[in-house]
Amino acid sequence: MANTDITSKVMDGMGPHGTKVGLLRVLGPAHVWALGVGIVLVGEYMGWNFAVGKGGAYAALIACWFAGILYTCVAMIDSEVTSTVAAAGGQYTQAKHIIGPLMAFNVGLYLVFAYTMLEAGNAITAGYLVSVVAGMTGYEGVLDQRPFIILVIMFLAWLNYRGVLATLTFNLVITAVAFVAIIVLFFATSGIIGTGIMNHAALMEGQAALPYGTLGILAAMHFGLWFYLGIEGTTQAAEEVRSPARALPFGTLAGIMTLLIAATLTWYICTGILPWEFLGDGVNGSVAPLFDAARLSGSTGLVWLLGFGTLFATLASANGCINDASRAWFSMGRDRYLPKWFGAVHPKYRTPYRSIIFLVPIALIFALGAPLDQVITFSILSGLLGYTFMPLNVILFRRKWPLDSIKRGYEHPFHPLPAYVLLALCAITYVAVFLGYGTQLIAMILFYVVVSLWFHFWRYRFVNRGAQFTMPWPRPKGY
Amino acid sequence: MATWNIIEYGAWALSALFGVLMIADWIKTDSTNSEEVLTSSREGELEAMSEDRRG
Repeated sequence: MANTDITSKVMDGMGPHGTKVGLLRVLGPAHVWALGVGIVLVGEYMGWNFAVGKGGAYAALIACWFAGILYTCVAMIDSEVTSTVAAAGGQYTQAKHIIGPLMAFNVGLYLVFAYTMLEAGNAITAGYLVSVVAGMTGYEGVLDQRPFIILVIMFLAWLNYRGVLATLTFNLVITAVAFVAIIVLFFATSGIIGTGIMNHAALMEGQAALPYGTLGILAAMHFGLWFYLGIEGTTQAAEEVRSPARALPFGTLAGIMTLLIAATLTWYICTGILPWEFLGDGVNGSVAPLFDAARLSGSTGLVWLLGFGTLFATLASANGCINDASRAWFSMGRDRYLPKWFGAVHPKYRTPYRSIIFLVPIALIFALGAPLDQVITFSILSGLLGYTFMPLNVILFRRKWPLDSIKRGYEHPFHPLPAYVLLALCAITYVAVFLGYGTQLIAMILFYVVVSLWFHFWRYRFVNRGAQFTMPWPRPKGY
Repeated sequence: MATWNIIEYGAWALSALFGVLMIADWIKTDSTNSEEVLTSSREGELEAMSEDRRG
């Protein structure tokens, strides 16, 4: 501990191995909540409604709740493991400590791809929203969306570069506004306050209930993920929260509860106001269903509120994605899974500044050069591969380090039931994804096979094997 | 020129500004600090680990 001096201005005292400049521990549970919910909430504002197109309104609700179970398992498992492996990198760092280097390398790439693609998708959406606003204000020309797409990425990257506290406080405010907007819309349209405009009985009768039968429910699962995709991103804040054992489980579990409420309310509002054929067509029909519901309410105030809610949700998601992708990339650089250069921390702002800057052009290339549906599909597939790793991870974690060997910040109940449920739901979702995007799924898996071979036969020789296992844990059981 | 055309130019200009700010600071930071200090970060000794280990 000779290198550790908590009173020093150049050494933060956080590391036992000579850390001179490390990430800053300034976040609380509210920031963790804002990171997780902020990344996801845009899925309530747009994207989930493709599930209605795949199987009708009831299929979307069943997918919403099954995906809710899947993500509740993810949140519980993540809360336990990350409150114990509380370091930047999230699931990558968990895999490194619990399974092994090859799994860690793959999981790290899943994270970076999932978040960077999602960031690109959000930037494309923000550009589109600006063009809609231009049209609503009477602009008759064709607005160039590119400067707005680039501005979103550059501004949020700059914010992330300047410090994590301002970044996630910004996320906390805009995410809260976006969530409250959904609650207000629910009260205003459901008839609880004033006259309701809901018409579920007429909109969901006959063929509209389940137009494609049970196969439609299976197909809807793919987009059911959209209600919650990204909540696992809370773990990336692990090295920057003041109290990981308390803040990470609290923020993550509060986040999934928030999303379960928001998802169900969103489904209820939109299916009660919009016909399923229009709602389910997210390209030529309802691009932003909550905003469309607000427009049909006839209230100018609600239109403005949900308009800002949609934009804020998009920005919050992109912001959280930059935060998470850069932490995963940074952690891999720090362990030499990638060049050491990426493992640098800014001495003033205490952020992984090189990783933030490096990922900017990659996000720009996808945002400006790839179609939105392909970008989103690759994000979902990378996320799904990550969820498949989690059950294996927690089963091995409990087996190698039982509850009486390491004290956890949170112990998830009913183990191993959540792990098996998560594995089963992932299997169902793979089938659903294969039905709609089989080629992309196979291409993605082939990509990860190729990079795994590269890592095994070339890159692994550079990994700092002795220094990468930092947790002061007891020897694993059976070793 | 329509208002939205001006806003478009403003977005280009702001994008460039944020990019220049980051790159300028990046160059300054890398040139005024040693690589050893910048890449010295290691996974920390964390509260959850040190609370209670009974193994």
